[in-house]
Amino acid sequence: MSSTQPTLFRLPPAAQYQLDEEGRLRHFLTIEGLPTALLEEILSTAQSFHTASDQAARKVPLLRGKTIVNLFFEASTRTRTTFELAAKRLSADVLNLDMATAATTKGESLLDTLRNLEAMHCDMFVVRHHQSGAAHFIVRHVAEHISVINAGDGRHAHPTQAMLDMFTLRQHFPDFSAITVVIVGDILHSRVARSEIQALRALGVGEIRVIAPRTLLPREATSLGVIPFKSMEEGLVGAQAVIMLRLQKERMHGSFVPSETEYYRLYGLTRARVELLAEDGIVMHPGPVNRGVEIESAVVDGPRSVILKQVRNGIAVRMAILSMAMRRHAW
Amino acid sequence: MSSHERVDVGAVLAHLGDSVKSFLTTRGINLPVFVGIHTGGVWVAQALHAHCAVAEPLGMLDVSYHRDDVARTGVRPLKPVRMPASLDDRHVLLIDDVLFTGRTTRAALNELFEYGRPASVSLVVLVERPGREIPVAPDLTGMRLELGPEDRVKLQGPDPMELVITRPNDSLLEEPAR
Repeated sequence: MSSTQPTLFRLPPAAQYQLDEEGRLRHFLTIEGLPTALLEEILSTAQSFHTASDQAARKVPLLRGKTIVNLFFEASTRTRTTFELAAKRLSADVLNLDMATAATTKGESLLDTLRNLEAMHCDMFVVRHHQSGAAHFIVRHVAEHISVINAGDGRHAHPTQAMLDMFTLRQHFPDFSAITVVIVGDILHSRVARSEIQALRALGVGEIRVIAPRTLLPREATSLGVIPFKSMEEGLVGAQAVIMLRLQKERMHGSFVPSETEYYRLYGLTRARVELLAEDGIVMHPGPVNRGVEIESAVVDGPRSVILKQVRNGIAVRMAILSMAMRRHAW
Repeated sequence: MSSHERVDVGAVLAHLGDSVKSFLTTRGINLPVFVGIHTGGVWVAQALHAHCAVAEPLGMLDVSYHRDDVARTGVRPLKPVRMPASLDDRHVLLIDDVLFTGRTTRAALNELFEYGRPASVSLVVLVERPGREIPVAPDLTGMRLELGPEDRVKLQGPDPMELVITRPNDSLLEEPAR
């Protein structure tokens, strides 16, 4: 590939921050560098919290007396609400801070905000920020007793989304080594894509493909362990799952795609293209869905779509991550 | 050196099974729900469930997430939980292997009530030992072991089921005799 292609945003591996001396989860910032056994443990623990759609949700007292702060510097509905539900089902108290309208707009620095939250005896921060590395930054500056969960930072990572997608995939395909997963869309700007690829690789998925316009495909695609395809017609064939990504117009500076119509014609997931998947193939989308931009409306609501299942699974997976990252008492 | 003693529990289980049968008859309970607490309690419950030929499938609880020491031990994946859709107005027999501090029973009761409002809950244990830290008493007991606070008893199984009793202090007593 040509050297004019854009490159990925990269942070140093965060493993030293994420695990404690015993190798247990301390903060959850990125999939990168986490041992496969820990990812498997997250999935198994999530299974313990999973309730079928026809069962009543049950609360467990695991985080009773703990306070979790949803610190969202960037808009989010699904992620914030499922984190909130997860925390509440673990019996934690939850503070939702919409930082777009909070004291930061009055000039308070992020560090001062953190000091104030520490003073309120908060135990865990769930952070969404438009800047890559924001959660790492907070980990380095926050009091020792606080755990930090990355709920999406810029173009870098969205590890809880990746884990809930792994959980959903596992429900359909217990043996990952035998499946092919395709990620379609804006690989370059997508923190979801980056975390998905890392998780798919760590959990031993047989084949990972990406389909994207050249302008939205990072130069290092092949070194990420994925096989790039130029067209949907080639790349979707025989796959067990396709993960559609949203066109992230808010992160695009310059012209990456000619027009939405053109993008849909080339990369939109239509009913006809869904037929190229394996017979049991499923359609996934992390949301928010832009109907008619990257995916046909009928596919979103169609029989192959597991999009709402992903949302529901998000609660159990986030319960697992919150409860595993909780600081243990030393008494 | 600590002493190990292995005790077969076949006879105790059979006797406990008979006690459960007459308990149900005396109380006039026709459709009991048997619930075993993972791991050893489920083995005991399976044996009692078969012995009493209960119609309702055996319930299984993993009470780890309701334990009061989970903040110290950390969260682990649960063993399979299987419960009837509702315990409303049901007579529940809660079954465990060893009753010691009573904390497991407390956690199990909390979890049980997440499934509804049972008409009654009775506690059945294979082994009762001293050391209660919570006001809990069994309704039916297979055997009572007079163990000290440092002694340990663990049910191994499921087939065959046997109790392993470890007395760390025995070595101190035995030492001078050698």
